[in-house]
Amino acid sequence: MSSETKQILTTDGIPLEVSLKKAEKKNKIKAFLLAAPLLLFLVITYIFPIGEMFMRSVDDRMVTNMLPKTFQEMEKWENLEELPPEEVYRAFYEDYKLLVEKQQHGKLGQRLNKEKNGFNTITKKLFRQIKRKKIDESASLKEQINKLHKRWRNVEYWQAIKRTAPPYTMAKYLKGMDMYLAADGGIAQVEEDRRIHRILWLRTLEIAFFVTLFCFLMGYPIAHLLATLPMKYSNLLMICVLLPFWTSLLVRTASWMILLQQQGIVNDFFVMIGLVTDDNRPEMMYNKVGTYVAMTQILLPFMVLPLYSVMKTISPSLMRAGKSLGGTPFVAFWKVYFPLTIPGIGAGCLLVFILAIGYYITPALVGGASGTLISNQIAFHMKTTLDWSFASAMGLMLLTGVLVIYWIYNKLVGVDNIKLG
Amino acid sequence: MGKNPEFVKFDKVDKSYDGKVLVVKDLQLDIAEGEFITMLGPSGSGKTTCLMMLAGFETPTHGEILLDGNIISNIPPHKRGIGMVFQNYALFPHMTVYENLAFPLRVRKVDKDEIDKKVDKALSMVSLNGFETRMPAQLSGGQQQRVAVARALVFDPAVVLMDEPLGALDKNLRESMQYEIKHIHESIGVTVVYVTHDQSEALTMSNRIAVFNDGKVQQLSNPAELYEKPVNSFVAEFIGENNTFNGEVVDIAKDKCKVKLANSEILANPISVKSKGEKTTVSLRPERALINPTGEMDNMFTGRIEEVIYHGDHTRVRLNLLGSSEFILKVPNSTSNLELKVSQDINIGWNSTDARALDPK
Repeated sequence: MSSETKQILTTDGIPLEVSLKKAEKKNKIKAFLLAAPLLLFLVITYIFPIGEMFMRSVDDRMVTNMLPKTFQEMEKWENLEELPPEEVYRAFYEDYKLLVEKQQHGKLGQRLNKEKNGFNTITKKLFRQIKRKKIDESASLKEQINKLHKRWRNVEYWQAIKRTAPPYTMAKYLKGMDMYLAADGGIAQVEEDRRIHRILWLRTLEIAFFVTLFCFLMGYPIAHLLATLPMKYSNLLMICVLLPFWTSLLVRTASWMILLQQQGIVNDFFVMIGLVTDDNRPEMMYNKVGTYVAMTQILLPFMVLPLYSVMKTISPSLMRAGKSLGGTPFVAFWKVYFPLTIPGIGAGCLLVFILAIGYYITPALVGGASGTLISNQIAFHMKTTLDWSFASAMGLMLLTGVLVIYWIYNKLVGVDNIKLG
Repeated sequence: MGKNPEFVKFDKVDKSYDGKVLVVKDLQLDIAEGEFITMLGPSGSGKTTCLMMLAGFETPTHGEILLDGNIISNIPPHKRGIGMVFQNYALFPHMTVYENLAFPLRVRKVDKDEIDKKVDKALSMVSLNGFETRMPAQLSGGQQQRVAVARALVFDPAVVLMDEPLGALDKNLRESMQYEIKHIHESIGVTVVYVTHDQSEALTMSNRIAVFNDGKVQQLSNPAELYEKPVNSFVAEFIGENNTFNGEVVDIAKDKCKVKLANSEILANPISVKSKGEKTTVSLRPERALINPTGEMDNMFTGRIEEVIYHGDHTRVRLNLLGSSEFILKVPNSTSNLELKVSQDINIGWNSTDARALDPK
């Protein structure tokens, strides 16, 4: 277009663009109002809880609020290799006394105990002394407290208190990766035999990857059959694919337990055909095998349906064209049919992988010790240890992981190429 | 014309899909090398099935198909070396025009330079040079059609099959593509088997036309003969327009017969009637009947105009003649045109050679 293009006016002299905007405005407002409840719903049920989760995972204000004077005095504590000066002891004593009055001293002890083992004992000791009014506030508190327990004379315990000063902490995230904030403020790895989370993360990725692979290998032919069979058979097959969808997840998992257990149907069958001896039945449950089998079956429809919807749109004449032009059936499939199904493969794999990475019920029931995933660990901290902030941190790490995978996928394949139907 | 008159041969071919109904019945058809043959017929007449059997996507239930003297019934489609243009083009949507055309060459392991040369040649044949890097979705319907034709020809197949290739195009484009395909055929001399249900397409393009109905070839002849001399009433009805009279033969000679209608008698040309007393349908092309004939004609009647429809180059006139109000006349529009008005009485005449007494409907 030339730069001298005149502004087009409507018949009453208003510029066309202005007029168009005015005309569209009403529709835009209408559209927004229609979408507004959903937007509000999303904010309330999704964005807000995630924000709350994040806050909880980094929140460390409890100690900060309990020991305000202590932390103030600790600012002046210069040589961290030596015990803090008298002022810090006094401030800590005053803060603690206040907590005793408010009966919150127990919480502090527990929290500090998490930071460094052994705190609970020595804070309780201090508590008893305060209760019995054995502390002489006019004398040196440093000496009196140090006398209570040898741990009070250990500088590491005072360093641990100082570490809890900042209101926000990365500690939960580091813990999720089997790391911790060392005394010197750096990041350290936990001992090798205690790195349980890293094993879980890797296992989760591994199981999600293989479940996706198995789903793809099994789902592709099924989807192809569904898309090409005559209506009469494909409807029946479609019901077979969807039937598990309509059955409760628990019921399906329970039926896998019936099938796979050592005295179960599959093992009975193996014994019957002589594959294994009766006293040597393989364990197919409470380990990875069980998780693989059950999760693959449960997630299969999520692979089949996107693949099917893409394959349905591929004209059968394309394969014929490929063959009539001289391609062997394999070449016609590989060069013509397969590339056209990639959007469906992408959608199916992404869907199954993301669902698998956060799967909970099935691995919890059939996974046993070696088949549980990170989500089971999250649930464990939610329900058993009640360490919600750690559970939140791991949940967010999982979410970030999914977003990263999505991002990589977008870079590799392009989200525009995803087709769900 | 071609050297081998039996380049493609259908030998007593039957085809049934369900074991109950024959879709193709005892098909006997020879196609000469370099010929443009069209299979024409209504849908369900078996023409596409024949094409699919030739391409190798369907197997004959009985009989053999021969290509250049070799039985091909057991050869899979990709080894037959037959090019095919599909109804919806079947261009590979994820490949560029170049890649689409290169596909048949690449699977034949032709080397790169040769592929470039052949693709270029094929594209210039359909005047699409410069479109190599486009994706099929970026082309118009007509352009996609040309790419499909070029792709079917690029590997120099002995036979090219076309399955209603112009069905999705609009009328003007369809007509110009008809000429284009015809010219490509003439310039490279490939054998073309073309399937369509559009009779004007068939008449325009073909050397010979096989009219299919009910799984059988009704007539196999060149376009002029098919139109002028249909051998049965189905062909007469299917190709072009047609006035029919149903009656009974009352007198028959070598090249003339007298047919008794409900309340009159006409003279006709006996094609499929042999003896007196046979039922017959007499077929007469609308343009063969003249208004106010000047010369002597052996059928002369008076009819009343029921309807006059202006069609641009000609006017269609519907008459009430010989007890039927469905008699159609085509009058060319020229400066010296007659004034035709509804409910006017006019004289109509035609020669008995143009009135063909065929099998009864």
